[in-house]
Amino acid sequence: MEILVASAIGLLASAGIYLMLRQRTFPVIVGLTLLSYAVNVFIFAVGRLVVGLPPILDKAAAGYTDPLPQALVLTAIVISFGMTAVIVIIALGAYLESGHDRVDMTDDTDEPEVRK
Amino acid sequence: MSLALIAVLPFLGALLPGLMIRSGRTACASVTAAVTGLALLLLALQAPAVLRGEVIQTRIEWMPALGLNANFMLDGLGLLFAGMILGIGLLIILYARFYLSKSDPMGQFYTYLLLFQGAMVGIVLSDNILLLLVFWELTSLSSFLLIGYWKHLPEGRQGARMALTVTGGGGLAMIAGMLILGQIAGSYDLSVILTQREAIQASDWYLPALILILLGAFTKSAQFPFHFWLPHAMAAPTPVSAYLHSATMVKAGIFLMARMWPVLAGTPEWFWIVTTAGLVTMVMAAKIALFKDDLKALLAFSTVSHLGLITMLLGFGTAEAATVAMFHIINHATFKAALFMSAGIVDHEAHTRDLKRLGGLRTLMPITFAIATVAALSMAGIPPLNGFLSKEMMLEEAAHTVWGAPWLLGALATIGALFSVAYSFRFIAHTFLGPVRHDYPHHPHDPGFGMWAAPALLAGLVVVIGLAPMFAAAWLVDTAAGAVTGAPVDVKIAHWHGFASPALWMSVVAIGGALLLLGAHKRLMALWNATPRPEAKRIFDGIVEPMARLSRSTSDRQHDGALTRYIAIATLAIVAAGLFGWFTGTHTPGTRTLLPVAVVPALGWLALIIATLAIVIFHRNRLLTLVLVGIIGLMISVGFAYFSAPDLALTQISVEVVSVVLMLLALNFLPKRTPSESTAPRRTFDMAVAVTAGVALAALSYALMTRDFAFPTIADYHIANSKTEGGGTNIVNVILVDFRGYDTFGEITVLGIAALLIYALTEALLKAGPANDRLLAWQPDQRRAGDRHPMMLALATRLILPIAMMVGVFIFLRGHNMPGGGFIAGLVVSIALVMQYMASGFAWAQARQRVDYHALIAAGVLTAAATGIGSWFNGTPYMTSDYGYIHLWPLEEFEWATAALFDLGVFLTVTGAVMLSLASLSRIAMRAGETVNAAPFGIDPSEGRTLDPEEAR
Repeated sequence: MEILVASAIGLLASAGIYLMLRQRTFPVIVGLTLLSYAVNVFIFAVGRLVVGLPPILDKAAAGYTDPLPQALVLTAIVISFGMTAVIVIIALGAYLESGHDRVDMTDDTDEPEVRK
Repeated sequence: MSLALIAVLPFLGALLPGLMIRSGRTACASVTAAVTGLALLLLALQAPAVLRGEVIQTRIEWMPALGLNANFMLDGLGLLFAGMILGIGLLIILYARFYLSKSDPMGQFYTYLLLFQGAMVGIVLSDNILLLLVFWELTSLSSFLLIGYWKHLPEGRQGARMALTVTGGGGLAMIAGMLILGQIAGSYDLSVILTQREAIQASDWYLPALILILLGAFTKSAQFPFHFWLPHAMAAPTPVSAYLHSATMVKAGIFLMARMWPVLAGTPEWFWIVTTAGLVTMVMAAKIALFKDDLKALLAFSTVSHLGLITMLLGFGTAEAATVAMFHIINHATFKAALFMSAGIVDHEAHTRDLKRLGGLRTLMPITFAIATVAALSMAGIPPLNGFLSKEMMLEEAAHTVWGAPWLLGALATIGALFSVAYSFRFIAHTFLGPVRHDYPHHPHDPGFGMWAAPALLAGLVVVIGLAPMFAAAWLVDTAAGAVTGAPVDVKIAHWHGFASPALWMSVVAIGGALLLLGAHKRLMALWNATPRPEAKRIFDGIVEPMARLSRSTSDRQHDGALTRYIAIATLAIVAAGLFGWFTGTHTPGTRTLLPVAVVPALGWLALIIATLAIVIFHRNRLLTLVLVGIIGLMISVGFAYFSAPDLALTQISVEVVSVVLMLLALNFLPKRTPSESTAPRRTFDMAVAVTAGVALAALSYALMTRDFAFPTIADYHIANSKTEGGGTNIVNVILVDFRGYDTFGEITVLGIAALLIYALTEALLKAGPANDRLLAWQPDQRRAGDRHPMMLALATRLILPIAMMVGVFIFLRGHNMPGGGFIAGLVVSIALVMQYMASGFAWAQARQRVDYHALIAAGVLTAAATGIGSWFNGTPYMTSDYGYIHLWPLEEFEWATAALFDLGVFLTVTGAVMLSLASLSRIAMRAGETVNAAPFGIDPSEGRTLDPEEAR
């Protein structure tokens, strides 16, 4: 199973970085979301993969998985949402203010694309 | 403790003026004066012990491992300086109250002044040299604010920048010097360093340390060749000049040399560097001062000259000379502050301080004339005033010191004194004497009492110290000089040393020569103006501007706005760092037993892989991308559930819902397709970067997962104590609300801030501007749904709402023991509310809910904080939780835990933050012409017909 999780992390990160290297805001936001998935799963996997041993105390349990990475990732997921929400509004604001949704600020073709 | 309090009080007090200015200028000045007065009182309480010869210490451990401790000490030297800083500070506060005009922001002024005062007091009370350096840099920064206080004047801004560059640069050199010194002495505490004279002077690093430290002191005290910033700093308001250049800022360098005197002085290197710099500065600046027409410029160069005098005395390296230096520090502070304030009064009343336009003010401003004359005569060294006493003693020391030829130092000191007498006389003669003129820019008269009270008090001190030096100043000089030299000092200050004293004849020459110079001033001035001389500002600009250009072009080239390139570089750099770590470190092969691949999870993996690849291929279709993101999020939630993380699964899936709603709301206003614009090579390069990073991360994850923990994990502690300490069986939840509650508190605060930021950005977008114009003229770029608020959806969500709320409560309550908790419950409740928005429209739903989301966020953060504070009443540290059991008939026994209250805070914050973010986006939609419907859905079921759009509104 480890190879599946590792390859999923790698693919998510690759796709995320590729989209973040695009030149429009929307793919960058989606790319950041994918990269967040990859990083969250990576941090989670640092606790090693365990099946059927949730960190809920129970007399019948045979053992428990490492609860610490889970606590870290739980807050990370919620914070990622906050961060995504902020960049979404920034992207939207930039588009509405400038009339285009390019990421790079080097382009001299600054003509608005929004219909007035 | 009280020593630290003296240094901290001005910093704390700096918060007050900005608030008090609302109650008027007098209240603002009074509260500032009260702060300084309180610090002065605390100092005075310590004074008797210091005068007895004790050294008072306060030690607070800060970062002991780095040798950085908040150690304070008060000895004679510190007492002298702290007394001057606070005492003259008090007078400046009074003076500034009447000096500043109505249009000047007075609250700001007093805030800056207190910040500066605190930094200065910190310098002179520090026992730890690292702490001293912190305060040293703070004086550079706060003096920048003070010098540039009149932001509208270009000279003010330039002067402030120059002062910061020079003194800040010197401060950097001094950091290096101090670190060397600390390394040699083996401690950063002054009280230890000061005992290590032999070790320090024998060290090979003595000379570098000396030069670096002196660079700091010379730049601060405006010694040649760093003297040029001080006259430019005169663009500041006069109270600032009076404060910075009489008693504080420029005396910091002097203080440092005196503080380090016991360990650094006495060597030939010290003698030659310090004496020479002081001597050159004294003579040169005194000469320039004679030819300055601006009153403040004259005083500025005279300050530079007197600082040179004191520096020279410290350079001699003898106990007698150091004692004279201490005495002159007191005298200079009194007469120079009085003179600056007088110059300020003249400027304030006559609206000019140009000597060419002044003269004859004697009868028009008799009080100012009296004050300024007493102070200026003291500066000239005319008996019996205090300036005379210390200048006489200085000449005596100079006459006995050999610098080059035996007579040379005495002769040069006499020349310096001569110029000094000349410019002092000129200050009096060209301002006050002569005929009354009729062309002053403004008819001058004496100001009110408030303005002349402070300089008058100082002039009084000048006279008292001059007449009775043994009574008024000798004790303070003894204490301060004793602290500098490390041996008891018993100074004899007298007016008459007999005809055999060389100082007498040097004084006579100085005064006689000065009268001659003044007589010939007109011709000399013409000669001075005709001689070309280097302009310090032009040289300074000539050095600084190319450097600024170079750094601007360098940073412009690197930060050219191509954000995607930054990401590529950062990605590759991180991968390179990881590879470096991998290849240089040691690691054993992975031996952990791997989990077998099961069929169902493998199918989930396949779905995830296909969805991810599809995103890369179809990312130009933005709506499809969001659908695919949903699939990935779902698979990850399922994965969490499979790998024993039920809490994560619940969180991920609920975050997924709100994220997609959020992005859909945003997408409504963004283009629906991404144009194809990158070139093929660019795409290949990006792909290569992305794949490199992905492969590296996959390899790293695999390497980690196939190895056992290198160190025993701390998980066992949490597992063992979750129930007994935290009172819950869901370990993840107990970690969040208990073990690491403080972290969680930080995170919900961040979440709240993010939501407020979104709200604020939305507000900014909805203000008049291009964004608002675009929204008002918005045309939907795709077809709208025929039935905007379907009845089925509206009814279903109405029905589901209480059930969903119930689920939220259930998840919240069980969270401590079973998967759930505040985070997840908050998200679930948000989703239930969002469904109402979707079904019947934002405005319709908004009108029916009475909870303000801002208040929800605030209530959440405050609840969490209050829960933490609650533990104080239990006598335990912040955020210690407690729990117990209650049995209420007829219910079963149930558990209560303070952690649940904390979790409630989490719940409220999460709900508020999520809802505020989504509501903000909905407000943008409203501005773009999203209509408000009066009915909950588009069909009136009682009549069985579709409402037309007008009715629905």
